Amino acid sequence: MRLDVHLCALVGTPPVSAFLHQLASGLALGGVYAIMALALVMIFQATQLVNFAQGEMAMFSTYFAWRLIDLGWPYWRAFAVTVIVSFFGGIALERIVVRPFANAPALASVIVFIGLALIFNALAGWLYGYSVTDFPTPFDGPPWFGQRYLSAHESGAILVSLVVLAAVYAFFRFTSLGLAMRAAAQNPTSSRLLGVRVGWMLALGWGLAAAIGAIAGMMAAPIVYLDPNMMAGILLYAFAGAVLGGIDNPFGAAFGGFAVGVLENLMGAYVVGSEVKLSVALAIIVGVLAWRPSGLFGRRIVARV
Amino acid sequence: MPGPRLTRAIATLAVFALAVAFPFLASGYHVYQGAQVLVLAIALLGLNLLTGFNGQISLGHGAFFAIGGYGAAILTAKLGVPYLLAVPLASLVCFAAGFLFGFPALRFGGLYLALATFALAVAAPQILAWKGFDAWTGGSSGVSLVKPHAPFALPLTTDQWLYFICLVSAALLYVAARNLVASRIGRALIALRDQPIAAETMGVNAALTKTICFGISALYAGVAGALSALAVGFVSPESFGLALSLSFLVGIVVGGLASLGGALFGALFIEFVPSLADQMSGNFGEGAKALPGAVYGVLLIVAMAVMPGGAAGAVRAIMRRTVGS
Repeated sequence: MRLDVHLCALVGTPPVSAFLHQLASGLALGGVYAIMALALVMIFQATQLVNFAQGEMAMFSTYFAWRLIDLGWPYWRAFAVTVIVSFFGGIALERIVVRPFANAPALASVIVFIGLALIFNALAGWLYGYSVTDFPTPFDGPPWFGQRYLSAHESGAILVSLVVLAAVYAFFRFTSLGLAMRAAAQNPTSSRLLGVRVGWMLALGWGLAAAIGAIAGMMAAPIVYLDPNMMAGILLYAFAGAVLGGIDNPFGAAFGGFAVGVLENLMGAYVVGSEVKLSVALAIIVGVLAWRPSGLFGRRIVARV
Repeated sequence: MPGPRLTRAIATLAVFALAVAFPFLASGYHVYQGAQVLVLAIALLGLNLLTGFNGQISLGHGAFFAIGGYGAAILTAKLGVPYLLAVPLASLVCFAAGFLFGFPALRFGGLYLALATFALAVAAPQILAWKGFDAWTGGSSGVSLVKPHAPFALPLTTDQWLYFICLVSAALLYVAARNLVASRIGRALIALRDQPIAAETMGVNAALTKTICFGISALYAGVAGALSALAVGFVSPESFGLALSLSFLVGIVVGGLASLGGALFGALFIEFVPSLADQMSGNFGEGAKALPGAVYGVLLIVAMAVMPGGAAGAVRAIMRRTVGS
C-alpha cells in the first residue's frame, strides 16, 4: 500500500515492524477503552441505561489526581486517593442526583446524564482552565522487556487495565458482595426478598464505575493529554467497544474495548487517516447495530409482554 | 373571560405580529440574532417531533444541521443553484440521511439511537474536515457563500430579508408540525412513545414510523442548517460539534418536551445564554467559558426533576390557573 510505504519511509522502519508498532499502541489505548466499557456495562446491567457522564466523571477525577500530584504528592499515593475519592463521589452522585429518576422514563435519565456531563465539563474548565496539560506517568524509563513496540507507559497502561479487569472479575466471582450486586442487577425483586439492599448495590455500582473510570482517565491522560474535553473521544470508543462486545456482557465489553483500540489505530494508520479516526467508532456502532445488534458476545434480548 | 382556545389564538397572533415588526424596530445585529433564533427554533421543532412526541433520543442533530448547512453552501457556492431551491434540496438530502441512519439504530430501544447519534455528533467535525471531501467541503477552512439580497428592489437589508425567509420557513414548518402531530401519524408517534407494544398490536409499523419520524426530524434540522448557512454566509466543521447537538437537547427540554410552541422559548434560551456568558467574561475572565455548560447542565437536571414540561408547560399551568378551563 502506498500510504504504508510512505509512513515507513518516514519512520525509517520496515513495514512489518511499523504495523506491529501500530498494533501494540492500539492495545495500550484499547486497555483504557476496555475498562471504560466495563464501567459502562456495570451500570447498564443494573439499570439498562448507558451513563453518558462516565467520560466527564473520569476526566474530572483525572484533574483531581493532577492537582494532588501538582501539590507534590507521590504518584501512587495520588492515584490511590483519587480512586477512593472517585468511588465515594460516584456513590454520592447516585444517591443524590441519579436516584430520584429511578422510575422516570429512560429519556429523563439520559437527559440527566447529559446534564451531569455538561456540569463536570464546565466545573473542570472553571477550576482548572481549558489549556491542554501534560499528565505524568508512573511508568517512566526505557521500554520494558527490551522490545521496541511499546513505550514504558503503554506497557504499564496495558498491565493496569489487565489488573483492573482481573480484580473486577474476582470481585464479582468470588466475593459475597459481588454476588449480591449481580443478584440485584439480575432480579431486584427476589434479591430484595432475600435481604439484599438493592438500592445500595446500585450506588455501589456507580461507585465502582467512577473508580474504574478514574483509573482509565489517569492511564489515558499521558497519551491523549489532559484537558476538559479529553474523554469525549475515549467515551465514544468505549461505547463502540461495549456495543461490539455486547453491552450486557462484561467480558465482551472488555474484549470489544481492546479490539476497538487496535482497529482504531490500524484504520487510522493505514486506511482512513488519523484525522478521521473517530468515524471508525461511528462505523463500528452503526455496523454492529445493522448486522449483529446483540454484539459478539451479548445475549439476544427477548422482552416479556 | 375568553376561552383557552381563543387565548391561545390571540397569543399566537401577538407573537407573530411581534416577530413581523421586530426587524423594523431592532438594529442590524439584533435582526441577525433574531434570524438565528428562528433557525434554532426550526431545529428544535424537528428534534421535538422526534424526542418529545416519539420518545426517541437524538444526541446528533447537529450533524443533520451540518448536512443542511453544507448542502446549501455547496449547492449555492459551488454548483450555482439558486438559494431558494438550495434550501429544500439540502433538507431533502437530510431526510434521506436521517432515514438511512435511523434505519439500523431504530429497530432497537431508544438507547441505541442515543449511542449511535452520540457517535455521529462526535465524529461529524472530523468527517466534515476530511481531506477526501476537500474539493467540496473546503477541509477545515469550510465554505463561504454569498448572503442573498432582497429581490425586486424591496427596501430591506440583507439581514432583514434573511430574517423574513427564516420567519416564513419557521411559521410554515410550525404549522406542518402541528398538523402532523394532530394527524393519524402523530397519534401513532405518541402511541409508540407511551405504549409501544400496544401500538404495534394495533397495527402501527413501529420501525417504519420511527424511521420516518427520524427522517422528518432530520429534515427540519436540515432546513435550519441551510438557513443558518445563508444567514451566516459561512460553514466550517468546528461549528457543528457535539456542543451544538447538546444545545438542541437543552433547547427542547427548556422549551418543553412534546410542546411545539416551546421551541421559540428554547431557541431564545440557547441563542442568548452563550452570548450573555460572553459578555460576562469581562467580569469572570476565562471562567465565563464554563458558564453556559454549567447553566445548561443544571437546568437539564432541574427541569427533569421539577419542570418536566419546560417553559411551555409552566405557561400552560399558569394559563390554566388564571384563565380557568
